[in-house]
Amino acid sequence: MADHHEHHAPTGWRRWLLSTNHKDIGSLYLWFSFAMFLVGGLLAMVIRAELMYPGMQVVDPDFFNQMTTTHGLIMVFGAVMPAFVGLANWMIPLMIGAPDMALPRMNNWSFWILPAAFSILIGSVLMSAFGPGNPPAPNFGWTFYAPLSTTYGPASTDFFILSVHLMGISSIMGAINVIVTVMNMRAPGMTMMKMPLFVWTWLITAFLLIAVMPVLAGAVTMMLTDRHFGTSFFDAAGGGDPVLFQHIFWFFGHPEVYIMILPAFGVVSAIIPTFARKPLFGYASMVYATASIALLSFVVWAHHMFTVGMPLAGMLFFMYMTMLISVPTGVKVFNWVATMWRGSLTFELPMKWALAFVILFTIGGLSGLMLSITPADFQYHDSYFVVAHFHYVLVSGAIFSMFAAVYYWLPKWSGVMYDKFWGEVHFWSSLISVNLLFFPMHFVGLAGMPRRYADYALQFADYNWWISIGAFWFGISQLFLLWVLIKACFLKKGEKATDEVWEGAEGLEWTVPSPAPFHTFDTPPVVK
Amino acid sequence: MQSTLFHRAAALLTTLMISGVAAADWTQRSDLNMRPGVTAVSQDVYHLHMIILGIVTLIGVIVFALIMWSVFAHRKEKNPVPAKFHENVVLEVVWTVIPFFILIGMAIPATRVLINMEDTSDSALTIKVTGSQWRWHYEYLDYEGDNNINVGFFSDLATPPEVWQRPILSGGLFPVGSAQEQVGVEREPLTPETAFNYMIEVDNPLVVPAGQKIRFLITADDVIHSFWVPDFGFKKDAIPGFVNESWTKIPEDAIGMTLRGQCAELCGRLHAFMPIEVKVKSQEDFVAWLAEQQEAAAEGPDMTPFAGLDDAMELGKPIYDRSCAMCHGAQGQGQGAFPSFQQTALMTDSNRIQDNIDILLHGRGAMPAFRAQLSPKEIAAVITYQRNAFGNETGDLIQPDDVQN
Repeated sequence: MADHHEHHAPTGWRRWLLSTNHKDIGSLYLWFSFAMFLVGGLLAMVIRAELMYPGMQVVDPDFFNQMTTTHGLIMVFGAVMPAFVGLANWMIPLMIGAPDMALPRMNNWSFWILPAAFSILIGSVLMSAFGPGNPPAPNFGWTFYAPLSTTYGPASTDFFILSVHLMGISSIMGAINVIVTVMNMRAPGMTMMKMPLFVWTWLITAFLLIAVMPVLAGAVTMMLTDRHFGTSFFDAAGGGDPVLFQHIFWFFGHPEVYIMILPAFGVVSAIIPTFARKPLFGYASMVYATASIALLSFVVWAHHMFTVGMPLAGMLFFMYMTMLISVPTGVKVFNWVATMWRGSLTFELPMKWALAFVILFTIGGLSGLMLSITPADFQYHDSYFVVAHFHYVLVSGAIFSMFAAVYYWLPKWSGVMYDKFWGEVHFWSSLISVNLLFFPMHFVGLAGMPRRYADYALQFADYNWWISIGAFWFGISQLFLLWVLIKACFLKKGEKATDEVWEGAEGLEWTVPSPAPFHTFDTPPVVK
Repeated sequence: MQSTLFHRAAALLTTLMISGVAAADWTQRSDLNMRPGVTAVSQDVYHLHMIILGIVTLIGVIVFALIMWSVFAHRKEKNPVPAKFHENVVLEVVWTVIPFFILIGMAIPATRVLINMEDTSDSALTIKVTGSQWRWHYEYLDYEGDNNINVGFFSDLATPPEVWQRPILSGGLFPVGSAQEQVGVEREPLTPETAFNYMIEVDNPLVVPAGQKIRFLITADDVIHSFWVPDFGFKKDAIPGFVNESWTKIPEDAIGMTLRGQCAELCGRLHAFMPIEVKVKSQEDFVAWLAEQQEAAAEGPDMTPFAGLDDAMELGKPIYDRSCAMCHGAQGQGQGAFPSFQQTALMTDSNRIQDNIDILLHGRGAMPAFRAQLSPKEIAAVITYQRNAFGNETGDLIQPDDVQN
């Protein structure tokens, strides 16, 4: 039966452009996100080259702002989000025993929108960088606060708006697909409370996406009409309100940060039990904790805006709600520790990445708790302390969990074990450099260096030099991963992987052959 | 900048060892931790910060110790048969409830400090702070009941562009514009000895009295900025169309000190180039300073004509360097969207002198209006300078009387 299908599968470029197969589309998403990770990383290298020494050496201050803006946008919308969608595509059907995603054609469309969206965005950067006299690329920060992005935005802002609309459409379609698949295509016996936690976290993430991506679309549409059609949503001179923009943006933006971290929780909750050879501690409380984090994410947005001049009651409300988030997040960390406790631990690469995730994400979480304290936030706000915080949760959090996932499932995807030597080099090199890169940012932030600064006072010079060294080192380290992936995926060199791959692995994905055949679970498995 | 890797490693270790206290050069600066600052509010915030930092560090250490214990004690070699447990209701309730109480313990002092910070009543002095691209404007509105003070001035970065522009790449790859000409220009290295206040010095600092409650009304002209002096203990956004309030009270023992701050909200190209400098004076000195300012303001602008072209050029050059060069380049070469002044029609056509004056007075597009920040004499001087420097050599001499609104 499987053979029969494969005869009909198109080959060459048609296989990819016309694909409706969840594994192929998953691979497309993953490679796309890795490419965006490298592009976004390159922009970060420009930022760090400029900040290595005080004084403007490498770029113009406005080009610096274009770099911080597009680095943020590409990493958030191009690297982290599509990486998790790719993972969902590959793993959710395999984990719940479904033959494919529920809406395969929409799946194809939601991926192929992305290259268009990012060509537009990156195009405006290339035009700015290589065409003297061209308008600058978006230069108003990834948060694009009005009126800097409306009245004062460069001509490329309209490209940016179109690009964000496309990314939003893609994300919403991806989310619909996840929800429909999980709700309708679980194998017999796979009840909701038997689903792997990765599926649960993605289901909740998908609802968050559907709730907030339209809000972002609304925000950029209002920007568009402010810029070209005479409205004044965000223009005080026309009776509008620049602070309204921030409320709308962060009503999207805060759930967005959980969109980028909840699937990471799912990944780590899959990996730690495997290498502890012990079931996940507190499965039910993990599900409830994830759901409470998602719900709380809708009532904390204004903690990004403590300095806009809110009433006292507003600040107190958002401070208390934000502090509350640390309770379910703490539950998750404690559950992971309890899962390891008295287990039988081994430290293959996926486990190493997962452990690094737990520790470094916790550092980011603890600095997040500090940021929730409103009076202290008046000092932390918009300083490098914030930059340190969100890079700890996004780089050594979300991205490290992606690395963990890649090393964990790569043998299942490619059929061969990853190169252990270069994998270890990638891990240790990234682990040391990521801390050299982001930890000193806490110091310069507390000492008073504002973020998005192209140049700085001299007391920040020593740490900035170290941060830049960490950044270049971390950037180069990712080339080791590129080599590991090329070797396993294209050269197919390496130890042949067994079906189960890992000794302690549980779950339906380990019951299919490695590499996973083009079609799996044509006949649904029965889950006891 | 010539410092070696070894030097930097040594500096890193030193600063780590004397935590919170930076190297001897930086008595009023820190490169590692928040400073307590001089005001009671900033010290409250500092103590709050240290308490919370202590709590989260303790939590972190406990969690990481447990993880590390497990990593060493429960590895497969030592513990080949894993335990089977996967839930424990008592434990789960405990680790949900305990953090909750820790949070309440953190929320109480935070709330107390916040309520105090928000009380702007009973101030002796009111200063309106307006952010614009890329300078601050200070207006003294009300002092001890006198609300007819009429003192206000703009505050620009004093570090000149030729100090901060240090390009190592030639122009072309990036839209630098000025880079090509600047390459290879020898510059003093940026060290504490040569440029102690680099990027945090201004031409006209804000002057405030010690020992009195000062209320700030904070707003903006164009985009959002953020007024941040760490010693005041707060940061407040300057938003066009909104007026935000904050206050500070500087103790007497800070008299004579200079407090420094920066813009903290991305406001465009020169976001990093609009610092805040505050001079603290005793009340008597402040009253005297204010009277002096009022006298100068009452005299009205100096409209005496220039004796000759050289007089005007001499006054015009420093104004150009301070107010124009950041965008239009030190040699008037322009960059990106900012037009060049080198033999362009506007600069050389004597029929367009009035256009030139109008643009400077009222602004155009991204170009801000300068009528409030520069006197007619200064505007006349800087236009004379533009029209005779950069190879323009028009010989046009603009007099203060030519500059009419």
